[in-house]
Amino acid sequence: MSWSASELIAIAAARRLHDGCSVFAGVGLPLLAGILAKGLHAPNLQMVVEGGIIDPCVVPGRLPYSTNEMRLAVRATMLPSITDTFLLAQRGLLDFGFVSGAQIDRRGNLNSSVIGSFERPKVRLPGSGGANDIASLCREVIVLAAHEKRRLVEAVDFVTSPGSRVSAVITNLAVLGFDGPDRRACVRLLQPGATLDQVRQETGFDVLTEGEPAVADAPTEEELAALRALDPERVWL
Amino acid sequence: MSAADAAALVKDGDTVILGGCMFSRPPMALICEVLRRRRKNLVVCRNLSWLEAELLMIGGATTHLITSWQGLGVPWGLSRILREEVENGRVRFEEWSHFAMGLRFRAAAMGLPFLPARTMLGSDLMKVSAARTVQCPFTGETLAAIPALVADVALIHVHRADRFGNCQIDGYTHMDEDISRAAETVIVSAEEVVPDEEIRRHPDRTVIPGLVVDGVVEAPFGAYPGECYGLYETDFGHVDAYAQAARSGGASAVKAYLERYVYGLSSHAELVSLSDVGPLQRAARELTS
Repeated sequence: MSWSASELIAIAAARRLHDGCSVFAGVGLPLLAGILAKGLHAPNLQMVVEGGIIDPCVVPGRLPYSTNEMRLAVRATMLPSITDTFLLAQRGLLDFGFVSGAQIDRRGNLNSSVIGSFERPKVRLPGSGGANDIASLCREVIVLAAHEKRRLVEAVDFVTSPGSRVSAVITNLAVLGFDGPDRRACVRLLQPGATLDQVRQETGFDVLTEGEPAVADAPTEEELAALRALDPERVWL
Repeated sequence: MSAADAAALVKDGDTVILGGCMFSRPPMALICEVLRRRRKNLVVCRNLSWLEAELLMIGGATTHLITSWQGLGVPWGLSRILREEVENGRVRFEEWSHFAMGLRFRAAAMGLPFLPARTMLGSDLMKVSAARTVQCPFTGETLAAIPALVADVALIHVHRADRFGNCQIDGYTHMDEDISRAAETVIVSAEEVVPDEEIRRHPDRTVIPGLVVDGVVEAPFGAYPGECYGLYETDFGHVDAYAQAARSGGASAVKAYLERYVYGLSSHAELVSLSDVGPLQRAARELTS
């Protein structure tokens, strides 16, 4: 059996979502992780989506391109205004939030605004969208990202979203956590097939380890089949 | 009123809020008229910005966006147009978080100068925006103070309105209720202008009261190539063709698009008549029925 980096990340993310939890999910891997968890082990999980959608029922093969479109509103339970949707998170009602970024630093801060200076950037990225709000307001924040040295950097150029609530960074090589009062990044799990050397080489900051970290269980056939059925054209996977 | 009459209410230099969210109910019929009248120096505010922002930048209508995000959609990646305009210093991207944009509209709608919030604290968005911190007088807690965004004009597309501007929106309202109360002049385009009695039959569905609306324009498919909940899906084929042209041709490809689909046509309705909207209507019906 083989799998792509995105599949590994989506499956690892889904495994962290317990039954009955609430998840603030954006389009792409966060949404796939939420739908997968709901289908496999968390039937009472509820997703909340930025465009103003509560508990969507996405049709497999018709994944949305944005957080505010009909493909996501299908058989939802409520369509509140966007501001009221974020207010649910500010009220403390969202257990998990997923975010990503072009840069992630060793404290979990994320950058999706600019590479270089803010006024005259080298690269103008799309911007926060709801990322800052998800990172600021959800009880536990999980970062999903491809593991690349240029992405996992010592310090982000711009803090779009604060890292203070980030509990884990899930990549295709590892699951990183944060330890101690100064929140030092550490390797909690290695993804199947990855080595600690590889993680160190592909990370732009020092990662702590306690001995040889455990290896995550490989994706099961059931997980892969369920995930692939959602995105048969592989737009996201 | 006609879309052209409505666009005449937008003056050079105005701060304009655009309703909807990304490709959901962008007020495209009204935006096309604003572009056709070659408006300049607009400050364009939208919670999540889409294709319209690229047309307004390259069409010379704005050098200042107030938004939380701009792009055509996650699968299309970074916008070459946004990159070139901002990186070369021609356009100022005033960035707020998405929730903060919503609170700016809500504060304005509430007639308050700001709202306290728990978002944006601890990020660099506090440094590059007009947000400040404020001490809670009761608990002493530090909160973000998100200032009201009071605009000159708001352009909003809705499903149905009566002649007085009482508006009903099907599906998600995004931030349009607040936006309609955040501007001095509010112009609404509606898929359908209906008799007064139809609004009165379902007053529970009215989300924008006529008393805040200054102009109503009938514009079927007025959000095209974006979507209008329950009526038509986004024309992803059209967006994809635009995205590919903009990626390879940059600003000159956007200028060619403007010539072909905005300046070169008499109205947004003509753009709609050139498009195959049948499949978009069927997709919308299927998804929402």
